[in-house]
Amino acid sequence: MTPFSFSIAHSLPEVVLAAGALLLVLIGAVRGEGSGRLITELSIGLLGIAFLLLFTELKGKALIWDDGFIDDAFGRFMKGLALIGGLVTLIMSRDFLRREKIDQFEFPILLVLATLGMMMLISAQNLIGLYLGLELMSLALYVVAAFQRDNVRASEAGLKYFALGALSSGMLLYGASLLYGFSGTVSFQGIATALHGHASLGPIFGLVFLLSGLAFKMSVAPFHMWTPDVYEGAPTPVTAFFASAPKMAAVAITLRVVMTAFPSITSQWQQIIVFISLLSMAIGSFAAIGQTNIKRLMAYSSIGHMGFALVGLASGTQTGIEGVLIYMSIYLVMTLGTFAAILSMRVGGVYVEKISDLAGLSRTNGTMAICIAMLMFSLAGVPPLAGFFSKWYVFNAAVQANLYPLAVLGFLTSVVSAFYYLRIVKIVYFDEPAPSFDPAGPVLTGVLVVSTLLVVFFAFMPAPLLSAAAAAAKSLF
Amino acid sequence: MDIGLSHYLTVAAVLFTMGVMGIILNRKNIIIILMSVELILLSVNINLVSFSSFLGDLTGQVFSLFILTVAAAEAAIGLAILVTYFRNRGSIAVEDINMMKG
Repeated sequence: MTPFSFSIAHSLPEVVLAAGALLLVLIGAVRGEGSGRLITELSIGLLGIAFLLLFTELKGKALIWDDGFIDDAFGRFMKGLALIGGLVTLIMSRDFLRREKIDQFEFPILLVLATLGMMMLISAQNLIGLYLGLELMSLALYVVAAFQRDNVRASEAGLKYFALGALSSGMLLYGASLLYGFSGTVSFQGIATALHGHASLGPIFGLVFLLSGLAFKMSVAPFHMWTPDVYEGAPTPVTAFFASAPKMAAVAITLRVVMTAFPSITSQWQQIIVFISLLSMAIGSFAAIGQTNIKRLMAYSSIGHMGFALVGLASGTQTGIEGVLIYMSIYLVMTLGTFAAILSMRVGGVYVEKISDLAGLSRTNGTMAICIAMLMFSLAGVPPLAGFFSKWYVFNAAVQANLYPLAVLGFLTSVVSAFYYLRIVKIVYFDEPAPSFDPAGPVLTGVLVVSTLLVVFFAFMPAPLLSAAAAAAKSLF
Repeated sequence: MDIGLSHYLTVAAVLFTMGVMGIILNRKNIIIILMSVELILLSVNINLVSFSSFLGDLTGQVFSLFILTVAAAEAAIGLAILVTYFRNRGSIAVEDINMMKG
């Protein structure tokens, strides 16, 4: 039994977020309608405080709350990414919510609660913690997907996300129940000990169900079918949130489960990861080609990117995990930048989301055009940009682990996916200009420019990210 | 006949399959999807409680209490989303959920 103060100290960001969210609900309820702006600013502050607390707290590894929660370098790294995703999307969403008249105070609170769920998920060290974190995240996400209540597409997106999400949690739970039954414990370490040496069919069944539930949350094929519809239907800031923060949490818990609970049956889960990774890379590349809606295109793009990230996990080595962490950080920056651009697409006060609306942007808004071009080149993996290095690290790990077919096929699908990214660049630079966009405001332009700069200049100073990812990957082994 | 662990597991597996099939094959009504989700969660609870009883370990029953609580919240949220959808669309038939395709 660890002392109470020690536990609190090691889970301080979560405690602050949970208490803060409850306090914000209270403030919102007392002040009533029209407190949306205040609560949004307070929520931004709250997420910022949680982010700072991640780095000021104690170092090292700590297993707390009856061994259900772990605080380690890996968790802090991924929580940092999830918090950045939540923070930046919340800042970007302010104008959109006000213009679309959905700036109720519940929205920022739901984002805070979803982020809290992600942090619990990232730190989960047993199956109960995993399930509760996952549900706290998902329940908040179902609601924000349908937050535009009078919009038929948003409520359809929410409904689809809910039905498929509930199915996926059911599968995850069924897997968890089998794992509990066959190993006699819910803790990841206990499962690893129980499976050591002899793995019967039961736990492998459980592993398959558990991984398919997690694959749903990561939106990798063959469990990706909700992604395009939900991305298209949900309000754009919500889509930006979906594409950034929950992905970090889902990938983090997949890495943690696989590496801590199933190190002894590597060959079993490796097959599954290789399969879903290949399938998502292929679907992400080919299905995106015919898309006309940019949010839908980003959905397929994110499916493909999750496939690439899982290439690193498939290798099952420390280098591979490091590759995944680098990939997720760079993916986060690219996604936030792209969604800042999508949120700036507003003609005559109306938000537009067709790719053809970007036509000839280079002649009407040069800064935005060059930023979009750089982000697209980076998403495609063109060499001097960050997106190239992220792919380099995961494929390098796959080659070191002798997964040559996976690396070669991954490389080929990334060539295919370059087609549709480059098509956007072509539309932006060479098509006849469409009506020009309204001025975007300093926040969106700032996010767009900063993320573009990070993507462009990553090659010159990769050291901070590389060393942080190395330390984080090391703590998982 | 002795009723052992495998009988309970079989019942749970059958219920789970029925739940999944209910979601996948159902073409009529979204309420049926919600019912199928409950079926899946309860089949998991049967699994957990029977494992817990046969292992002589309480953790499984604690887990199933958590699941019951979360299932209630999940049903509430699902019904709320369903109501907003019905207000916009005037229908809860599964075939009508087709605004977005591709």
